[in-house]
Amino acid sequence: MVGFELTKTQQLCKELFHNFAENEIRPIARDMDEKEEYPRELLDKLQKAHMFGIPYPQELGGAGADVLTYTLAMEELSKVDASTGITLSVHTSLCCPCIYENGTDEQKERFLRPLISGEKIGAFSLTEPNAGTDASGVQTTADKDGDYYILNGSKMFTTNAGIADTFVVFALTDKSKGPKGMSAFIVDRTMEGITVGTNIPRMGIRAASNCEVAFTNVKVPADRLLGKEGGGYKIAMTALGGGRIGIGAQAVGIAQGAINEAIKYVKERKQFGKNISKFQNTQFKLAEMQTKVDAARLMVWRAAVEKDKHGNYAPLAAMCKLFASETANEVTRGCVQLFGGYGYSREYPVERAMRDAKITEIYEGTSEAMKMIISGTMKL
Amino acid sequence: MKIVVCIKQVPDTTEVKLDPKTNTLIRDGVPSIINPDDKAGIEAALTLKEQLGGTVTVVCMGPPQADVALREALAMGCDDAILMSDRAFGGSDTYATAHVIAAGLKTLDYDLIITGRQAIDGDTAQVGPQIAEQLGIPQVSYAAEVKTAEDGAVVVKRQFEDRYQLLKVKTPCLITALSELAQPRYMTVSGIVNAYNKEVKVLTFEDVKNNLNPDFIGLKGSPTNVKQSFTKQVKGAGTVINVSADEAVKTIMDKLIEKHII
Amino acid sequence: MSKDIYVIAEQRDGVLAKVGKELIGEATKLAADLGEKVVAVVLGSKIKEEAAKLYAYGADEVVVIDNPVLKSYTTEPYAKALTELIAKCEPNIVLFGATSIGRDLAPRVAGRVHTGLTADCTGLAIDEETKLLLMTRPAFGGNIMATIVCKDYRPQMATVRPGVMKALEKDASKTGEVKVLDVALTAADMNVEILEEVKETKKAVDITEAKILVSGGRGIGSAKGFDMLRECAAELGGEVASSRSCVDAGWIESDRQVGQTGKTVRPELYIACGISGAIQHVAGMENSEFVVSINKNDTAAIFSVSDLGVVGDVNVIIPKLTEALKKYNAEKNN
Repeated sequence: MVGFELTKTQQLCKELFHNFAENEIRPIARDMDEKEEYPRELLDKLQKAHMFGIPYPQELGGAGADVLTYTLAMEELSKVDASTGITLSVHTSLCCPCIYENGTDEQKERFLRPLISGEKIGAFSLTEPNAGTDASGVQTTADKDGDYYILNGSKMFTTNAGIADTFVVFALTDKSKGPKGMSAFIVDRTMEGITVGTNIPRMGIRAASNCEVAFTNVKVPADRLLGKEGGGYKIAMTALGGGRIGIGAQAVGIAQGAINEAIKYVKERKQFGKNISKFQNTQFKLAEMQTKVDAARLMVWRAAVEKDKHGNYAPLAAMCKLFASETANEVTRGCVQLFGGYGYSREYPVERAMRDAKITEIYEGTSEAMKMIISGTMKL
Repeated sequence: MKIVVCIKQVPDTTEVKLDPKTNTLIRDGVPSIINPDDKAGIEAALTLKEQLGGTVTVVCMGPPQADVALREALAMGCDDAILMSDRAFGGSDTYATAHVIAAGLKTLDYDLIITGRQAIDGDTAQVGPQIAEQLGIPQVSYAAEVKTAEDGAVVVKRQFEDRYQLLKVKTPCLITALSELAQPRYMTVSGIVNAYNKEVKVLTFEDVKNNLNPDFIGLKGSPTNVKQSFTKQVKGAGTVINVSADEAVKTIMDKLIEKHII
Repeated sequence: MSKDIYVIAEQRDGVLAKVGKELIGEATKLAADLGEKVVAVVLGSKIKEEAAKLYAYGADEVVVIDNPVLKSYTTEPYAKALTELIAKCEPNIVLFGATSIGRDLAPRVAGRVHTGLTADCTGLAIDEETKLLLMTRPAFGGNIMATIVCKDYRPQMATVRPGVMKALEKDASKTGEVKVLDVALTAADMNVEILEEVKETKKAVDITEAKILVSGGRGIGSAKGFDMLRECAAELGGEVASSRSCVDAGWIESDRQVGQTGKTVRPELYIACGISGAIQHVAGMENSEFVVSINKNDTAAIFSVSDLGVVGDVNVIIPKLTEALKKYNAEKNN
């Protein structure tokens, strides 16, 4: 990116994401939400368009695009369906980076390549019933037994759990050391002792898969340990640090999608003898909302560019996620209000956007956790 | 098989609207796209390439901005792209356009040329057949299916309003694609990245002048000219009623009886 | 000197197509302005008798090129035959129907004789001063109309949309001799081989022939909405038609589509149900005699081209209208 203008490559990618979302997802988005199910055919279509490895090198089967391009995908897809956004995000910017940044060449070839090509779907299992914002509360254990680690414990709210083939799972290899005793493992869904629960009923992003995952004496070969024993906490925090850029972009997409719907609606809807788009209240409301969304988008892009430069992107990612997610909530609420009673009905997509927006303030670090990260850099 | 696909970059006419005050076209913000029939042609070419091997070269005549249409074709999987661009080509009607494109095609080695049936901005369906005429090769227009025969010939399902023909035609030949011919694939992200690392070859008048007659191209070389263009006078609005369904039905019935339609 | 208007009257299976008669009707007006003749040309095999009928529709002269090679349409023999005809007769104007045959053949011939060709015309006229043929056609998806001339090359050639021009009433008293033009054609002129030719019966319904059309748009909600329209159309003795969006959605076959990329219709009655009235659609139905439109949205563009606009829900109004028609028809029959 030079200045604030997208490169030609980025522009054409954006067009691809936009067209894909409009043609392949929009017609079924509402139905997906109602059914609370992510269609396999849509995953196949995403794979065909090489959407699962956008910011990874072509040598590994990736698209060879940059992080900024990946945020464009997140925004364009989330404009239409935030569930697709999170499905892609957890795969691309939580699961894959753990292996890409910490895996051996052999592990990359064996586990990352099929993920990046979209042949396999990835998940990231960190959160537990008693370990949310405080990830150091993880209780799942991995006991070394010869050439294996034996996993025991259970994970909560694992996105993609129902559709994933490969999980990056965090477990304690040394209970006495707390977070420093945590390690990361590449686990196959097919391994014996893994039970994926049913989809957890949720308020929003309902088409995305999100389940509890239980591990009972799961024998994980030792060559599936990522990095060193005890390195898991750092792996998780680094992945989350980057993942937030994707969530920021998702939030921008949800907000922009709602504004676009609102613009269409206010131009059609008549009250008091004129289109409600002609009322200054409508105009000012939309102007305020669009300004915030633009600001959020620029923050997302800044964080993405910083990550592409391998700079200190984590605080920028935290800021963009904090601002974009809160903007998404404010904007989707505002859009529902502009729609009036129809906005509250499920006939129009803004109520879904409003429900979907909430989670962006929570997952991959709550707004409060973001403030901890940001204030931590302020030498207070 | 060496396949050449001729494409046109067109404004998305479904997005074009009339300014109700000035009665002129609003062209601002109207996206430029690859003409839909041409895009089906690209897909058909890529499918044939996947089955038979070979190459797909995409050719576009247009202004420098048409570069993006060629990049899109590359991002879908085409191997090479050629942009025919020169002020001398501007203002060409279908005859002159075919004359220019044929001159460009003469610089290439091809077995099969695919064009879209027609472009959505002009809807003439003439350039494809006229290219074939200029090159002296057989044409099959309105292609709804295409495959190859064992002897290397092409078998095309040629669609008519009330029937179809299954035609076998020897290469080199030209077919014009209906949008039904194939559902175009999406570009891939990697395809886009690579498309911008490739070269789009530009052919100017100088490059093809030996293959054409300069008196037969551009505005001056075009047999037809636009005398005037205007926006259509729309039929005046009649009455609009906003009443209960029963009253509405009664009004409709009365009108139909009054007009002796029923 | 180039003289006379030649209408290439299309035949399929030895039966003349309606569009040829329409073109002859239009050509008689142009011919009167020019003081020239209308010559109808039919290409085919054993088509002399059928071609003779064109006298009754206003042709001053009927010419056939009769050859077994021309039995089914293929591009090259037809193009060769017409090129010879043009060389021999030097027509001033040559008109084709803008059908899948006319639009294949005309550009090939125009390319070969090196003249201009205007596609899909919806209006033809003679310029009073220059005596040039003014060929008017929609462009830009129907958003604008352009009038095209071909000044320096002859013949002036155009394809004309079926359904736009009006055929003359058949006048059986008009007859004449059919002239035969010999063109040396052999099987070697075929550069394509017809492996198979299959008529598609499901495409038999021609909405351009229907006197009454009940047409559905996105507002009817689903493919099932067409059942409701079919029932209404049946009571009216008409056919159902569609806007592009329903065809794209797979609710109905594409041969029912009215509009810029579909068919041009001019029925006596056109009932637009849940059709917003995008210009692309209007382009195909605006010449209908009487237009009734039903739309929820009181600002729908379709109302501006309707004789009677009804603001309301098609899914409520159409069933009621069907009932009313049933009652009316029953009473009429008693």
